[in-house]
Amino acid sequence: MSDQDIHRLTMPKWGLTMTSGTVVKWLREEGDEVAQGDELVEVETEKIASAVEASSAGVLQRCIANEGDTVSVGGLLGVIAGAGIPSEQIDRVVEKFAVAFVPDETAISAAGPSTQRVVVGERSLRYLKLGDNESPISENPPALLLHGFGGDLNNWLFNIEPLSAGHSVYALDLPGHGESSRDVGDGSIGAFAAAVIGFMDAMDIHAAHLVGHSFGGAVATHIALAEPGRVTSISLIASAGLGPEINTGFIDGFVAAERRGALRDELGKLFADPALVTRRLVDDVLKFKRIDGVTEALRQTATGLVTDGLQAPGYRNRLHEIAAPIQVIWGQADGIIPVSHAAGLAGSVRTTIIPRAGHMPMMEAAGEVNSALADFMDRATG
Amino acid sequence: MARTITYQQAINEALDQEMANDPSVILMGEDIVGGSGADGEMDAWGGPLGITKGLYTKYGDRVMDTPITESAFIGAAVGAAASGLRPVAELMFSDFMGVCFDQIYNQAAKFRYMFGGKAETPVVIRTMYGAGIRAAAQHSQSPYSIFTHVPGLKVIVPSNPYDAKGLLIQAIRDNDPVVCFEHKSLYQSEGGVPEESYTIPFGEANVVREGGDVTIIALGLMVNRSLEAAEALAADGIECEVIDPRTTSPLDDETILESVENTGRAVIVDEASPRCNMATDISALIAQQAFGALEAPIEMVTPPHTPVPFAGSLEDLYVPDATKIETAVRRVAGYSR
Repeated sequence: MSDQDIHRLTMPKWGLTMTSGTVVKWLREEGDEVAQGDELVEVETEKIASAVEASSAGVLQRCIANEGDTVSVGGLLGVIAGAGIPSEQIDRVVEKFAVAFVPDETAISAAGPSTQRVVVGERSLRYLKLGDNESPISENPPALLLHGFGGDLNNWLFNIEPLSAGHSVYALDLPGHGESSRDVGDGSIGAFAAAVIGFMDAMDIHAAHLVGHSFGGAVATHIALAEPGRVTSISLIASAGLGPEINTGFIDGFVAAERRGALRDELGKLFADPALVTRRLVDDVLKFKRIDGVTEALRQTATGLVTDGLQAPGYRNRLHEIAAPIQVIWGQADGIIPVSHAAGLAGSVRTTIIPRAGHMPMMEAAGEVNSALADFMDRATG
Repeated sequence: MARTITYQQAINEALDQEMANDPSVILMGEDIVGGSGADGEMDAWGGPLGITKGLYTKYGDRVMDTPITESAFIGAAVGAAASGLRPVAELMFSDFMGVCFDQIYNQAAKFRYMFGGKAETPVVIRTMYGAGIRAAAQHSQSPYSIFTHVPGLKVIVPSNPYDAKGLLIQAIRDNDPVVCFEHKSLYQSEGGVPEESYTIPFGEANVVREGGDVTIIALGLMVNRSLEAAEALAADGIECEVIDPRTTSPLDDETILESVENTGRAVIVDEASPRCNMATDISALIAQQAFGALEAPIEMVTPPHTPVPFAGSLEDLYVPDATKIETAVRRVAGYSR
């Protein structure tokens, strides 16, 4: 059997600034039979903890990295190979890798691509742009990523880079969020949609693949209805606007949380596995929430999202008006907007339900979400 | 938008933004206008350290140079606070607190209590502390524990530019007297600070580094030294959790205890003299409330009980450094009954 049948399990690069990860725990043991997609080892970065999945089926022949080890991106974690492959052959592959492996210095030295700002009307908006695949623009429109309530462009940290392989990708801080201006107007979905359209104008984006998460999904849907010509495709992840229920306890609790403990509890509701919420993540959100004007902006935004305990935007029965292809992605264990909102949509809507993910599937199951997005955008562009 | 600025710039920005935000905020201190009271160019420098530079030009008489008499201008600041202003007084060296202690300790700290909650004293006293610059025994002390001892005062000890801005803005908006201790050697340190105004609530420690083996609790300049020690120790497989309480009054008991419950081993680093300082205070807290979790005696890394020496060689020995912290951590990490 050739070395091709020996598969290396390496430290993934989750997000733009990740240079290394720490092995928290092996979830499977040496000698275990594994299927492609099985979670094998839990890894923690300064931003998030997650599991590394098997890239191929076989037997987990070696667990190279020890629990507690910090391994550079691309470094060897373990080896998966068929049951019949001799041990010496595996050792040779491991040895060869150890000699040849050089951590990607550019990845390690770079602090990641830097964000930019653009003034649209009275507002300054922060955005991140990656990839340069938009010319000619009409043939390959860029992707525009819209985060959810209380989020910012960093919510896409596991997605921006992979998606930029095929498209230019813009990730935007919506008004009142991240480092964009605090003014959210009347806080309505329409006001946010107008701001995004203003951003597209300023960036000379004629049309885009809109990718909206949660609140950002409602904004994307609103744009598709109001300005159909600007939308090439629309991907809605755990989107608002597709049903009445929403966890208002989370919205209220998130807005009210002033201390680490309270905020950690609220952020935990976003994930199927609340242990994914690292102290760093909590600290980053706290730093944002403590800026003057943020709480007021969030409160105003919440009025556009929730009325009398139910979702204010309701686009479910209007999706058929949208000519652009629509896909919906949802985590089975979503604790904020129930996964049932993904059911019973118009037949043309492509639906992907991700088991073991909560309200943030693009973080918790980044690989699956990235392939769903890339594949869908490619098809939409033809 | 966050960008990198110095601790000194962060303090200037906090003062500037709060003066713009609230007309009742005024500044008082010795030579803080920066023209030495002479007829020539005002605001040429901006205080002995340049921290208030630019503010006189912007806010005119709301930045007040005072005579060199701490008892008078700290008293005036306390009185102005009690009658509706929000003064930020700069007391050049915290070592000079002695002459104005009554105004702080027996007046400002007591008004709310003595007047049945009807009086508020929103005064901030910013002051410089710490050893290491050959300033000798009368200009080098770390007396934050003395003020922590006084009910009615709040005490903050920011260790980095981000905390300096957020804690100072919170202090200015706070309705009680707050003493802000700024280490001389931190003014030129750099860090990421948002341009916008923000606050950090008092009584919330910052977990600067996570680790499961030993908890290090440190304040001000000692936070950086502890991190330095922690990095060296990590190379030998000893993972330290470094906690910066950020404020000594109120003190975030919970974060400290939670960490020690997890590690079972604690080292407290304090630049103040060793008797009745933050190290003894936090040590008592841990011994009383996390006794069951302790797997080694609590270590305290402090200077010796002596005035700060002037001789450079002695001063360097006096102030706790990374090596001393490392030694203490190794001692508790290696301890077995």
